[in-house]
Amino acid sequence: MKKRQMYIRMITASLLRRRSRMLIALLAIAIGAAILSGLVTIYTDVPRQLSMQFRSYGANMILTAQEGQLTQEDVDSAIALIPSDKLVGAAPYRYETVRINDRPVLAAATDLESAEKTSPFWKVDGEWPAASGEIMVGAGVAETYNLKAGKKLTCTFAPETGSDGNEDEVVMDNYKDFTVTGILDTGGNEEDYVYMSREDLAELTGIETTYSVCEFSISGTSDELKVIAEKINGSVDGVSARLVKRVTQSEDTVLGKLQSLVLLVTIVVLALTMICVATTMTAVVAERRKEIGLRKALGASNRSIVGEFMGEGVVLGAAGGLIGSLLGFIFAQVISMNVFNSSISLMPWLIPVTILAAVVVTGAACMIPIRSAVDIDPALVLKGE
Amino acid sequence: MSLLELKNVSKIYGELHALDHVNIKVEKGEWLAIMGPSGSGKSTMMNIIGALDRATEGEILLDGEDIAKKSEKALTNIRRDKIGLIFQQFHLVSYLTAVENVMLSQYYHSVPDEKEALEALERVGLKDRAKHYPSQLSGGEQQRVCVARALINYPEIILADEPTGNLDEANEEIVVELFRKLHQEGTTLIVVTHNPEVAEVAQRTIVLRNGKVDHETINENFTGKIKHITLM
Ligand SMILES: Nc1ncnc2c1ncn2[C@@H]1O[C@H](COP(=O)(O)OP(=O)(O)O)[C@@H](O)[C@H]1O
Ligand SMILES: [Mg+2]
Repeated sequence: MKKRQMYIRMITASLLRRRSRMLIALLAIAIGAAILSGLVTIYTDVPRQLSMQFRSYGANMILTAQEGQLTQEDVDSAIALIPSDKLVGAAPYRYETVRINDRPVLAAATDLESAEKTSPFWKVDGEWPAASGEIMVGAGVAETYNLKAGKKLTCTFAPETGSDGNEDEVVMDNYKDFTVTGILDTGGNEEDYVYMSREDLAELTGIETTYSVCEFSISGTSDELKVIAEKINGSVDGVSARLVKRVTQSEDTVLGKLQSLVLLVTIVVLALTMICVATTMTAVVAERRKEIGLRKALGASNRSIVGEFMGEGVVLGAAGGLIGSLLGFIFAQVISMNVFNSSISLMPWLIPVTILAAVVVTGAACMIPIRSAVDIDPALVLKGE
Repeated sequence: MSLLELKNVSKIYGELHALDHVNIKVEKGEWLAIMGPSGSGKSTMMNIIGALDRATEGEILLDGEDIAKKSEKALTNIRRDKIGLIFQQFHLVSYLTAVENVMLSQYYHSVPDEKEALEALERVGLKDRAKHYPSQLSGGEQQRVCVARALINYPEIILADEPTGNLDEANEEIVVELFRKLHQEGTTLIVVTHNPEVAEVAQRTIVLRNGKVDHETINENFTGKIKHITLM
């Protein structure tokens, strides 16, 4: 039999025969490792989760023309500069004054599908318009005209007639019939608008579509957003991209706070784990004073004694780390489901990292008990009582 | 040259002279018994000879080398290479089997060899108990495992401190018989005992009193066989 085989046999036998005590240490390490790996998982995943979460607070970048209106081309070139996996939605808006029952109402035309993404917090009673001839009206407008989902209305539009005020000239108003699909409730001035597709507004007004503003929802840190905005400003002529400061900065503040929280909890958990392991190992060494004395009497060097106890510590740490990394994933998953309502994916690299961390912490915790093991005087402990 | 020689060895604990200028010579292959009342310094002397403890003063010549001045590490190596220890309380590792306990001694000495360890157990009549844990063995069987552990590395001296102190008569006889065999094979034995019957089978008995050698007796009709004194 090789020396190493005997070594492994000894430490496994020792761990297995001391099961109840070792289980406590194992549990402490596993819980420590679980919290550690869980927090790291959440922490790594949180920026993504959080930025998705913050996206529900609306657009975080606004594109406007430096003069006049944005063209579709401006919008397309800006979109082309945003990595497609980061772009949540881009909603270009055009505003025109139309008339319903001869009273002026502001009509907003946009890519309704994108608008739903850039403004996820909008509460719609009914549905977003999906087809031509469908319209969504703000709650204020709905009240004025006594509208409900399913009702019909007609919008008219008076084309510009030149300002010479020639009263003889008869101009026919454009008109289009719409069906109300939903009532928009935001608590803001969006409630005084009606929303339709770009195509419908173009048809109603007979004017080629241009936009006064385009709202972007992009996932990413504020630094990443800054880079994107600069890129757009630098390479698309005549436009100006601005970040919506309030949203992007609060995202960073939350992340920063979270980071210090995770760090603090990690330190506390590691310290507690170390205390528990050190206590267990101290008790183990105390229990085994005679055995250690005997080993020394048989000619074990200090190095062998250290090696044997470290071996037990390392096995304990590795087993605890493995259990902990799996528990940690479950822990992170539960938290993510509860807090962010979305699942996270397992990060395989975290398993060896957690095991390593558990081994290092256990090893460090074993230092003092092992030192006392080395100091045992065999002549003293082997004396009969 | 004697295998072992103690020259003016003293061990002093504060005021107490546990050993007081002890002079002893032990020849190679000799079987020596140490007797004396409790507290007379027998264990202290054994620990010093076994390189487990240091004398306060004096020389301990083992193979002509003074081990009194050796480093901690050198003493560890002496224990490993030259000494076989047997204790009254056995001191077996509870979570290792009988054969593993024997192999533990090989492990620190050189390389564990299960076959050799089983042979040693066979010599002490415990081959079929090799896979038993100490808690599954009787006191006598445990002490025989200890004998196997002590002899496995062919030490120059086997030191046994009251090896039969916890055994009944039958087991005592078995252990003494093992000593006799070891002696026949040329092993040097030093056995501390309270029991005159165990001392009588040795070639020579040294009696300690208050840390001093009180007297010494030579067993003229040495046989190595135990003779039970039957009370009339
Ligand atoms: N570590 C120690 N510290 C103080 N006194 C000790 C120590 N070890 C032994 N003694 C004392 O030395 C004397 C001899 O002890 P010991 O050698 O164990 O006697 P024996 O084995 O003959 O019964 C005793 O009086 C004992 O109390
Ligand atoms: Mg004693």
